[in-house]
Amino acid sequence: MSLTSIFDIAGSGMAAQSLRLNTTASNIANADSASSSTDEVYRARKPVFSAVHQDALQQAIGGGPMSAQSGSLGVQVKGVIESDAPLDMRFQPDHPLADERGYVMYPNVNIVEEMADMMSASRSFQTNVDVMDAAKTMMQRLLTLGQ
Amino acid sequence: MSISFSNALGIHEQALELRVKRAAVLANNLANADTPGFKARDIDFKAALGNQMASQGMEKTLDMAATNGKHLPHGQFGGPDDLLYRTPSQPSMDGNTVDTQEEMAEFMKNSMQYQSSFQFLNGKFKSITSAIRGD
Repeated sequence: MSLTSIFDIAGSGMAAQSLRLNTTASNIANADSASSSTDEVYRARKPVFSAVHQDALQQAIGGGPMSAQSGSLGVQVKGVIESDAPLDMRFQPDHPLADERGYVMYPNVNIVEEMADMMSASRSFQTNVDVMDAAKTMMQRLLTLGQ
Repeated sequence: MSISFSNALGIHEQALELRVKRAAVLANNLANADTPGFKARDIDFKAALGNQMASQGMEKTLDMAATNGKHLPHGQFGGPDDLLYRTPSQPSMDGNTVDTQEEMAEFMKNSMQYQSSFQFLNGKFKSITSAIRGD
């Protein structure tokens, strides 16, 4: 484990947060996408984060007591799931997409939740940028050793 | 007498190395600030540095004395025990124990301590250079 691994870790964090921001953007953009059937309606998308664990082989060949215990190396997005929260059914008989009973399906996107998620994602992204910047400073400093 | 780097540089070489490792551990905590179930980790710097120094045959740390041949050496089992789990001050519902501001503060503190270790190491190198030049 060295300073370069910090770049990988912070980079994985930034990638994960930008994907989260992407799903939030998609959810907000589609918040009012109406549909006439439950199968076609847009459902809120959420990323699933998980820590990246160093595999056993890498630990074994890594050598040294410290390399075996680095814990995990960054974060990964396991996948994007669709929320199973109940859909928003509105009675709008005049709507062109209304079904035979006069209902229109709206996505289960909670705008307030999405906005909070957006702020959280952008703050976390910022944190990772700060970490990478600090690692850069440390590395640049190290290059001046002995000068 | 020849110049021995390990004698000349002293503790600062290991200290700098540990600071880098701690920075990576803290960076990992920050990257996983939104990962459900992730447990924040940290290095006990003092213990880790003590272990590293002991393993390199430098001055021994305050280990438990083995007065009998059957005594188990300290810190031998379950792998190196320098990487510990943080006790959360505000644990969240999803099992994540990362407190971003606390981790950020530790990270900044660590990078300042890295700078000081670096200064010391650089000073050592400067001393060696001046000894070689003789000026």
